[in-house]
Amino acid sequence: MAAFTAPAVEQSQLSDNTQFSDDTDTLSFEQAVALLAEKVNFKQQEENLIRLSGYEDERVYNILYSFSKNTLFYVKETKELVSAVNVGDSYKVTSVLAGEVLDITSKSSLKKVKSKNSLRRLAGEYLAVLGLKSKNVSIRKKAVYDVIKNVDEDAYLTLSKLVKTEPEADILELIQVGVAMWEVDSDIQQTRLEAIETLSESLIPDVRVKLAAFNKKTESGEYVETDKRIRTAAARAVGKIDERIGFFSFLDNVVFGLSLGSVLLLIAIGLAITFGVMGVINMAHGELMMIGAYTAFVVQQVLPSHIGLSVFVAIPLAFLVSAMFGIAIERFVIRYMYGRPLETLLATFGISLILQQMVRVIFGPTNQAVETPPFMSGSLEFNPIFAITYNRLYIFIFSIAVLLALIYILKRTRLGLQVRAVSQNRQIAKAMGVRSEWVDALTFGLGAGIAGIAGVALSQLTNVGPNLGQAYIIDSFMVVVFGGVGNLWGTFVAAMSLGVISKFMEPWAGAVLAKILVLVFIILFIQKRPRGLFPQKGRAAEN
Amino acid sequence: MAYRSFTLEMMKNDKGGKVLLLVLLALIIFVPSLNLFTSTDSVFHVSTYTLTLLGKYLCYALLAVALDLVWGYCGILSLGHGAFFALGGYGMGMYLMRQIGDRGVYGNPELPDFMVFLNWQELPWFWQGFDMFWFAMLMVIVVPGLLAFVFGWLAFRSRVTGVYLSIMTQALTYALLLAFFRNEMGFGGNNGLTDFKDILGYDLQAGSTRAVLFIASALALALGYLLCRYIVTSKLGRVVVAIRDAEDRARFIGYKVESFKLWVFVVSAILAGIAGALYVPQVGIINPGEFSPLNSIELVVWVAVGGRATLYGAALGAVAVNYGKTYFTAVLPELWLFALGALFIIVTVFMPKGIIGLREQLRKKRSEMKKADSGEDTSDSPQSEGSQ
Repeated sequence: MAAFTAPAVEQSQLSDNTQFSDDTDTLSFEQAVALLAEKVNFKQQEENLIRLSGYEDERVYNILYSFSKNTLFYVKETKELVSAVNVGDSYKVTSVLAGEVLDITSKSSLKKVKSKNSLRRLAGEYLAVLGLKSKNVSIRKKAVYDVIKNVDEDAYLTLSKLVKTEPEADILELIQVGVAMWEVDSDIQQTRLEAIETLSESLIPDVRVKLAAFNKKTESGEYVETDKRIRTAAARAVGKIDERIGFFSFLDNVVFGLSLGSVLLLIAIGLAITFGVMGVINMAHGELMMIGAYTAFVVQQVLPSHIGLSVFVAIPLAFLVSAMFGIAIERFVIRYMYGRPLETLLATFGISLILQQMVRVIFGPTNQAVETPPFMSGSLEFNPIFAITYNRLYIFIFSIAVLLALIYILKRTRLGLQVRAVSQNRQIAKAMGVRSEWVDALTFGLGAGIAGIAGVALSQLTNVGPNLGQAYIIDSFMVVVFGGVGNLWGTFVAAMSLGVISKFMEPWAGAVLAKILVLVFIILFIQKRPRGLFPQKGRAAEN
Repeated sequence: MAYRSFTLEMMKNDKGGKVLLLVLLALIIFVPSLNLFTSTDSVFHVSTYTLTLLGKYLCYALLAVALDLVWGYCGILSLGHGAFFALGGYGMGMYLMRQIGDRGVYGNPELPDFMVFLNWQELPWFWQGFDMFWFAMLMVIVVPGLLAFVFGWLAFRSRVTGVYLSIMTQALTYALLLAFFRNEMGFGGNNGLTDFKDILGYDLQAGSTRAVLFIASALALALGYLLCRYIVTSKLGRVVVAIRDAEDRARFIGYKVESFKLWVFVVSAILAGIAGALYVPQVGIINPGEFSPLNSIELVVWVAVGGRATLYGAALGAVAVNYGKTYFTAVLPELWLFALGALFIIVTVFMPKGIIGLREQLRKKRSEMKKADSGEDTSDSPQSEGSQ
């Protein structure tokens, strides 16, 4: 119902605006600004704001912005208007007219200009109209987007002027939607139908609300909208929008699921090497990821001014550090217990406890935040329903790259050949001259190194803390077991399908229940196919 | 008479077991009486704190014996036994919760505090009946047993073995952990069940109640031990050991491997549940943390430290490790996880038979060294023990 009452309010403000716009000629800009600091009542302050918004001065934007954010003050003695922004413990006080920073650090000498919520909202609305004229593309786009939510006549007039001049195609489209949002309430049926037609192309939620409102009934059971053609057209438009929303939210779920899957792939793929190829149950896998994540953290501490670069330094470095730890673990512990997988499990679990505690002693028990480089923040927006955040996009690409690199190493390099030989038949491989111990250490190092890389990726998604590894270890085992041990493609398919399944279950089950259901599903699935989705065939599989 | 002779037969070659039972008997006689009948400043006085602590260790020991039955004798490494323990604990916790009655913060005679807090109007169906002690105790046995039965029936029938089974049991306890954390589950969510007042009308804080609980724990451990010992020395136990050592051969000979495994697994789960039920009134709280996979793995280490497939070794390991934990976390809290981690590694790498097997291991080594001195051929390094 809000959508109906809103235009009425806008109308009254509109009339106020015209009424006071005459004053703009009589006062200079500086005088108009100074009025904000006077002792006034709310009504007068509203008039002041309205008057101010009529000036064609660049500084109006800043003043209104400060006002809308409730950071506009004046200096008690001079009545100079300033904006005061909290910076750490002190304040940064800037004169809004002169634009220079003043030497004031406490708020005691400042007084807030008269303001209340509704006035700040009003200032925000004027800001939106001012933003429409901004030269900056992203400000302009945001301004148009904000205006669409509540088009008044003023905004309509501005928008219909902009239609002719807007050079950016996507902003133009938005502007047309904004124009249509107003025209859909006009008196001419043909205009309204055309407007509905335009609106039916848009996926902005407010548009759908507006269109759906045409088919609402009053309490007495009559349609609010009397024109039947408009009603049917609006209903059809809503249907079309819903269809597209359905499609795009499906697509959004799939993409998000795949991105969850790519995280699962990253955390599981190192395990697919150590568990799948070597048959070693490495419970310290999660802690190797944690070490990778902490490497990313340390690199960022060393290069605080190059956040973007630090990620690229961290990836190979995390691989090396984790691989070193992995090789050490293999040489000092695991090599004594080949063929005893259950005991390996216990020993590596002991290692995981030690590594966790080590990190706790060195870096403290609290979580550390790793900053996201600028190129990974933000998102790739296709429309209001469907958007991919860049960090998820990059992690998806990254995980696929890691998978392909790993497959290349296993299938096309000498090391890969030796790894496969040892995993198939250690004795024969040895007889053929393969240094099996050397291969074991390198394979384990490879798996550990990939865990380290996964840790760098995780550091971009969550906080880095001593418990990082524990949170993921069970997930990664689930993925490997579900996909089928010793099969990288199986791991890939398992990770992606688990990601998508849990994403689709989330809306009706909630994140935690979805996770529980996925676990139960895997437990049951393993009963049906004990060797996973893609079981290994042949004699080696029986061991 | 026949029963008596059988008991003797069963314990005949079990020196360690006899020691364990004697120690338990001594504990039952001396600890509660030293707690109740000596003055607090006497040298012989056992504080209620110590009594409760010992009672806790005994519950852990029963849990370890239960795990040793499946792991040591049947080769099933369950990384989810903590789940059965916790389920038993929740059964007891629910009874104790209902006993609070209207003495809770909100004073609701029917609903536990957390339900009032969550605006629940009536008791959920699965809480019905828990105000009766016999029903709660039945559930302590039935719920873990049933879960073990369903899980085991599915897993053993489709021949999920070894590492896969371990990972699945871990997933099981992890799933339960997540589930019990949810407030909607109706088990108190994150906070679990606590603020217990009394059991069967007796004040839980009273020294005499604690003493009775201690005696009950010791008795449960003794009976649990005898039951497990009975199972492993019976004909069924021999088959179970055969399954551990060569599952396929046992199957080819004609034994229904799945049924044997399932049976042992269920018995073990029930024992774990009973241990949990005795544990909760002594520590005064049960929360989802008990389901955490770490607890279950720690439990495996108790058994490994004590010595697998001995039963009394498991009990010894549980007490030893937990004493270490109590000591370290009080004196050097940072070092405890290092010590525990190192224990995992040392036991698996150097002491495959645990503390109990240490003497034999050393003797073997000495005789080997003697052989090497006398110039005999020892080129082959000692093969691993050929277990799992």
